[in-house]
This record gives sequence, C-alpha cells and structure tokens, in this order.
Amino acid sequence: MNLWKEFTKGIVAENPIFRLALSLCPALAVTSNVYNALGMGITVLFVITCNNMVVSVFRNVIHPKVRVPVYIMSIATIVTVAMLVLEAYIPVLFKELGIYLPLVVVFAIILARAEVFAAKNSVIPSMVDGLGMGVGFTFGMVTIGAIREIAGNGSFLGYQILGSWYHPPLIIILAPGGFIVIGFIIGVMNLMEKRKKDKSEKAEMAAGGMV
Amino acid sequence: MTEYFLLFMSAAIVNNFVLTRYLGLCIFFGVSKNYRASTSMGLAIISIITLSSMLTWVIEHFILLPLGLYFLKTIVFVVVIAVFVQMLEMVIKKFMPTLYNVWGIYLLLVATNCVILGVPLINSEANFTFIKSTVNALGSGTGFAIALILFASLREKLQLSDVPKSLDGLPIAFILAGMLALAFQGFNGMIPL
Repeated sequence: MNLWKEFTKGIVAENPIFRLALSLCPALAVTSNVYNALGMGITVLFVITCNNMVVSVFRNVIHPKVRVPVYIMSIATIVTVAMLVLEAYIPVLFKELGIYLPLVVVFAIILARAEVFAAKNSVIPSMVDGLGMGVGFTFGMVTIGAIREIAGNGSFLGYQILGSWYHPPLIIILAPGGFIVIGFIIGVMNLMEKRKKDKSEKAEMAAGGMV
Repeated sequence: MTEYFLLFMSAAIVNNFVLTRYLGLCIFFGVSKNYRASTSMGLAIISIITLSSMLTWVIEHFILLPLGLYFLKTIVFVVVIAVFVQMLEMVIKKFMPTLYNVWGIYLLLVATNCVILGVPLINSEANFTFIKSTVNALGSGTGFAIALILFASLREKLQLSDVPKSLDGLPIAFILAGMLALAFQGFNGMIPL
C-alpha cells in the first residue's frame, strides 16, 4: 500500500514537469510530436529507475563528500547504455532525439531523486519512486506532445485525425509554441488547484457552521 | 574570415540556444528575475562555455578518438567539465576574491548544465575544427547572454503589470519567453548552414 503511494506521488502530486518545473529543456525541445515525447519519456523512465536502484544499493558505501560526482558518473553510464541500445534498435528515434539524448545526464530531476529519495531508502522503494517519477515525466511529455501535435499539425502519432477543414497554426510546433503551450498548461493547473482549495475551504466553513 | 563570422552570428542569433534549441532553461528562468544577476551570469556562461569547449575538443581529438573510446564521450565530457569548473572556482577564490564575491555562485550553478554540456556535444557532432569549435562556443555563449539580459529586462517590467492570478509567476514568464522566441524566429533561415 505504501509502495503504491510512492508510485502515484510522482504522477500527480509531485509531477516532475508540471509541479517541480524541473527538467524543462527536453520537455520543450522534443515535444513537437507525440512519438518523440514518448521516446524521451521512456528513456528517462529507464534512466531514473536504474539510477535510483544503483544509488540505493551503494548508499552506505558512498562517502557523503563525493556523493554528487558519484551520482553523475552513475547517471552518465546508464545514459550511455540507453544511447547505445537506442542507436542499435531504434535508429530513427535516436536521430530524432539527437543532441537531447546525451543531455539526459544533466536533467535536474534524476539527480534530485537520487539525492532526495534513493540516498535514504532501500532498493525496492527507490525503484518504485523512480518508476513513479518516470511515468509522471512520460505522462507530462506526452500531454504536451499531444497538445502540440494535434493543435499544430492536426495529427496524433502521425495519423491525421482532424479533417482538411483544419488549417493548423504552424507556430505551435515551432520553438515559440512550446513556451506558450507549457505556460498555459501550468496556468490551468494553478487554476484547478485554486478551485479545489476554495471548495475545501467552503466545505470546512459549512462544517464549522453546523457545529 | 567570413565563414567564422557567419558561424558566430548563426550560433548567437539564428540558432539561439535558449529560444530555438531550448537549452539552459533552468538558468534562463531562475536567474532572469534580476537584471544585474543575469548580466554576471551571462558573462560567466560565455567564459566557461568557451574554455570548456576548447578543453573537450582537445580531449576528444587527442585521447578519445586515438584510443577508440568515442562511445564514452558523454561520461568523459560531463566529468571533465564539472572538474574544470570546480578548479576554476578554487583559482578565482584564491587569487581574485573580489571577482569571486560577484561571480562565485554562478560558476557553481553552471557546473553541470545543459548549455555547458550541449555546446561540446554539438561541436563534436558537427565535426568542427578547433577554431570553429571555439567560435561556435563563443557565439552560443554570447547568444545565451543576449537572450538572458533581454528577458531579464522584460521581466522587470512585468513585475509592475497586472497579470491574471493563475498565470502569475512562472506561467507568464513562459508565455513571455514564447513572445521573445517569436521575435527571434524572424531571423530563421537568414544564414544557410
């Protein structure tokens, strides 16, 4: 039950893209369509889970003074493995992601999870935390990718879903669109949070009145 | 000479790091609240980016390629740049304490950052010569500094304006960055590469 909680917190409450605003560079750069966003999301899911496990296994051996360099080395190694696998089996995706793939090494979210969670917990919870964060990251990426691909190209995963009546504004899949879309998504999430808060406050007031 | 000038302009303006390639957004949104801080940050980025891309070029061409260790590129670059920035910080702290007071913190902030790692990777992908790599790094750093300083001055104006509550803070900063990127989009295709 507790593990389930660790898993779900990464998806909603602490979603790495929308809530923590970490690792935004890739979120914008490769989300011009759903396929690339999904590919990047799954790569990060793999890296963050493996790295959390490695860090958690060695957490009692690593001297606190050198922990950050050790974490970075571990992340860089896992990213290299992921790159070699992608290059061998999905060369198209490898080409599309290009420069952003090796840059997974410096994503703040991966280092942050190692430091905040994996360094203090045992292997299984760390793995679940990594999986949750990775799924949350993938979910965020695919959401942005879907909005940009549908609005900017009228298609989803390459299939044309909006008819020929729709003339897509190209700007959405170009660089400026990424910034604007993510700005509005965070705005909508703020609005929803505020609504929820107001509602619970009202409910509390009503309950207080009853007593 | 024209070739180098074009490369510089292309890296600085046309393929601007933040606004068309989305690299270095953490710094871009983190530091740009303050005009002075963003100027120091811009200078720190220009110097570190140039020095570290020179360093990684030498390592790539004299160590990694002859030994056939090209696949270790990412790991080696990350470690070399992080160590180099730490050393630079120590040297500045020891010999130039006044400069350190203004700059020190920014040096550490950029130690492991996508801009600093991105330029050496782009250089190595494009197979640039030593001079071309340096020019590209200088241009990229300058472009980043220009974008950062422009954005910081826009954001200072933004503090006085009346923004819808749910868009206040980070969301409106994103939308503003989108507008700035739209302006930079106008340079698109001016220099064919």
